[in-house]
Amino acid sequence: MDQYPEKPQKVYYFGTCLVDMIYPEAGMAGIKLLQQEGVKVIFPPDQTCCGQPAYNSGFPDEARAVAAKQIELFPEKYPIVVPSGSCAGMMRHHYPKLFADDPNIDYIKKFSERIFELSEFLVHVLNIKLQDCGDPIKVTWHSSCHALREMRTTEDSKSLIRQLKNVDLIELQHENECCGFGGTFAVKQPAISAAMVKDKTDDIRQTGAARLITGDCGCLMNISGAMQHDNIRTGGQHLAEFIWERINDKPSPA
Amino acid sequence: MSEGSRHRIFSKLHAATRQTTAPVSQSPGLPIKTYSQKEKIEKLKTLMEAMRTEVHITGAENWIDTVEDVLKIREVKRLLYAPRTEIGKMLEHQWEGAAGDPPQLIPYKKDVEQMKEMVFNVDAGITSAAGAIAETGALILWPSDKEPRLMSIVPPLHIAILKADTIHNSLSEVMQKENWPANMPTNVVLVSGPSKTADIEMTLAFGVHGPKELIVLILED
Amino acid sequence: MTNHHPLDFDKNVSRALNDAQLIKNIKSAMATLVFKRKTIFSDAAETEQLRTLGNALKKKALSKLPQLLEQLEEKCTQNGIQVHWAETAAEANQLVLDIMKSHGATRLVKGKSMVSEEMELNAFLQKHGIEALETDLGEFIIQLNNETPAHIIVPAIHKNKDQISKIFHDNIADAPYTEDVAELTAIARKTLRQKFYQADVGLSGVNFAVAETGTLCLVENEGNGRLCTTVPKVHIALMGLEKVIEKLADLPPLLRLLIGSATGQIITTYVNMITSARREGEKDGPKEVHLIILDNGRSKIFADPRRRQTLQCIRCGTCLSHCPVYNRIGGHAYGYIYPGPIGKILNPQVEGLKAAGVLASASSLCNACEEVCPVKIQIPDLIRRIRNESYSKDPNCTIEGYGYKRNLVEILTWKVWEKINTHPLINAAGLKILSILGIKLPKIGPLKYWTRYRITPELSKKSLHELVKQHGVDHE
Repeated sequence: MDQYPEKPQKVYYFGTCLVDMIYPEAGMAGIKLLQQEGVKVIFPPDQTCCGQPAYNSGFPDEARAVAAKQIELFPEKYPIVVPSGSCAGMMRHHYPKLFADDPNIDYIKKFSERIFELSEFLVHVLNIKLQDCGDPIKVTWHSSCHALREMRTTEDSKSLIRQLKNVDLIELQHENECCGFGGTFAVKQPAISAAMVKDKTDDIRQTGAARLITGDCGCLMNISGAMQHDNIRTGGQHLAEFIWERINDKPSPA
Repeated sequence: MSEGSRHRIFSKLHAATRQTTAPVSQSPGLPIKTYSQKEKIEKLKTLMEAMRTEVHITGAENWIDTVEDVLKIREVKRLLYAPRTEIGKMLEHQWEGAAGDPPQLIPYKKDVEQMKEMVFNVDAGITSAAGAIAETGALILWPSDKEPRLMSIVPPLHIAILKADTIHNSLSEVMQKENWPANMPTNVVLVSGPSKTADIEMTLAFGVHGPKELIVLILED
Repeated sequence: MTNHHPLDFDKNVSRALNDAQLIKNIKSAMATLVFKRKTIFSDAAETEQLRTLGNALKKKALSKLPQLLEQLEEKCTQNGIQVHWAETAAEANQLVLDIMKSHGATRLVKGKSMVSEEMELNAFLQKHGIEALETDLGEFIIQLNNETPAHIIVPAIHKNKDQISKIFHDNIADAPYTEDVAELTAIARKTLRQKFYQADVGLSGVNFAVAETGTLCLVENEGNGRLCTTVPKVHIALMGLEKVIEKLADLPPLLRLLIGSATGQIITTYVNMITSARREGEKDGPKEVHLIILDNGRSKIFADPRRRQTLQCIRCGTCLSHCPVYNRIGGHAYGYIYPGPIGKILNPQVEGLKAAGVLASASSLCNACEEVCPVKIQIPDLIRRIRNESYSKDPNCTIEGYGYKRNLVEILTWKVWEKINTHPLINAAGLKILSILGIKLPKIGPLKYWTRYRITPELSKKSLHELVKQHGVDHE
């Protein structure tokens, strides 16, 4: 990211569909973290999905219809904070491509420039300082591919974990490797996807970490789903929820 | 057959470019890193040695002594050379008065059709180098009617004689300075070391098909 | 490019995933290549500049493709190189055969050429009684074992030392059994030396063809390329028509990108630039040089301005090395000569979607390939384009076989998904019903595959929408 805005009074929050359905605590933790820093969070209630599943699966028209709906919901110029590198990447980098032939492309480009992934916003705009109240714990970190390569927020996420003084961050040996989720890839090429997530869980196990922390719920669902299937005791948790827990020394607000 | 295909291929390509003339932005070239003369020699030597080249820095006067030593250690019996080049003439001259049992000098002066067996059975070939490139650690070989191509690739040992003041900073630079586009010979080869491969389990092995050994003499004035 | 056998990708994938030795060999080799590339391109800013330049140079060349090809032909012809054009692989094979026949030649030595693999040249020549011998060590190994290359740069990388030792021992007369790499290499050198000596014709690929000077540029480490293009009386060079570049000055950055990306070196052992056949007074080199320029579907790709970037590819192979899918199934599973990410976009465009469209599903769109492509091809975007056209019935689609994947289930699924996600009340209601009834999502369809390896995801009792309301978060 080249330029970050000054700390705003208000931000929009785009929760993402997976957070909404399966990991709402993570979404709420993200909101609380922003509120704690003195920012007013606006949550447009009609939001649903960024459109990425259809966009990646060969159904751009359907993706466009859903994406267009989301864009309408964030009319003011506030930054839009997203607790997912994958969805943030979709809205920031792919909306301009999805709407390349749209007469409103200029407006859409401006919309895309307001998208921020949660970690980068906390670090670069809010300059958040975290006080760890929790017991010592070993964790490891996994970045979604789009957080790593499109949004480039991996170092921001890891820097937040490193602020927590009782948290020992053990890096994965193959941190930059895809976990095999890829949205519909996991069901279109299930055997290859399984091979990838197995390598990821082996890597997690060899770190000896008690918990796998990630900023993306797609990866979280994939990796922790696989770990639970194989009776691996390492837990998986979204970064926002983990941070909230550590600085409040209690589970997330749900 | 080829004509018809040519026509069809070009029709398709022309049709496509007629429809799309997107302006292509001019990207500036990369800056050329420049080194001092001393740095050039050092960089060339370091990079070539990392590629298992044996590099000697000698005087312009006594380089042939170095060649003799190098050949002796390896018990070279026959050395292929180009009689009409400057170094070829110098070799002939020095060899005349040589004591002991020096390797036989084999002049590459006939067409390969008559020399093939010999070329494939000598122990070493010695050529000049037209220059070198410091940035990437490579010699520039510029074969010609005087210095045939096979000399530097067939024999298992290749000795190259390079004048220190012909080391350039980069390939871009030498292409510009010497106006290569106007002067391309039949063949130009950049050589950075002896032949090698990593095709078997990514393990490095030398002397696959080209020379097993490359020895470079850098002649300082 | 006519293919061989219909692609049974699922079967190939299954076979590959169950071949533990294969995966071990591939992963180990790819890790080395990835590391080497990272090391040689350690300066991020400089690398980025270089890639941007590479992209610009290739785009520039493609923007004037027909003019540059004409210029190349003119210059080559002036210099005495005979230029031939082949629309199809079959035509190109015939051209090679004709040249061989015109010299009464029966022995061909080959430098590494992916285009010749694309053409299936060796099998064709063999049918006509011509021995076409691979001389690149990796290609030599797989030829002995009757296989195709598993990787664009290191063809035999799916084999380990033991396997190669056995191949040599079983197929080379008098070859002792050895697993020592230096000894194996020496056996290859000895065996092939005779072949270079005796060959009637030498064949090579072309890494870059310079239009300005009519120069063919080839890079290699072994020296077999130089031998193939210098010893025999005749040299045939094969190139895809996208390999032409404008100026000699374009070479240095492109060489740096190709070599750094392919093998992690700053330069290969040899960079060979050929501009003519043996000239007056020269003692060696081929007396005849032929350049065969092959279309084989490239002009079709060229015709679409957004797909055209596929032709920027300089065949460095680094996308393969970085691809998590390639790393788990190896090259042969893809069923075509070009595997990995470049294969996923190239093969469907050349062979048509029905034959090769399935390859585009073998990607998690992780972007690892795009991140390292030396000429910045937007591979994931092209994969999405192929997926889009696979399902679309829009006549503006330009890839052969568009719409082949259309099926009621998926079309309905995404239509329903669209309706739910554009009607927030339906969305909320649906989720609420599911969570009240405590319905676990049924293990059918996609969930069947998901739950083979993972637990079923559980819908939360309260959605984020509900939590937000509960916590009094604002909306405007």
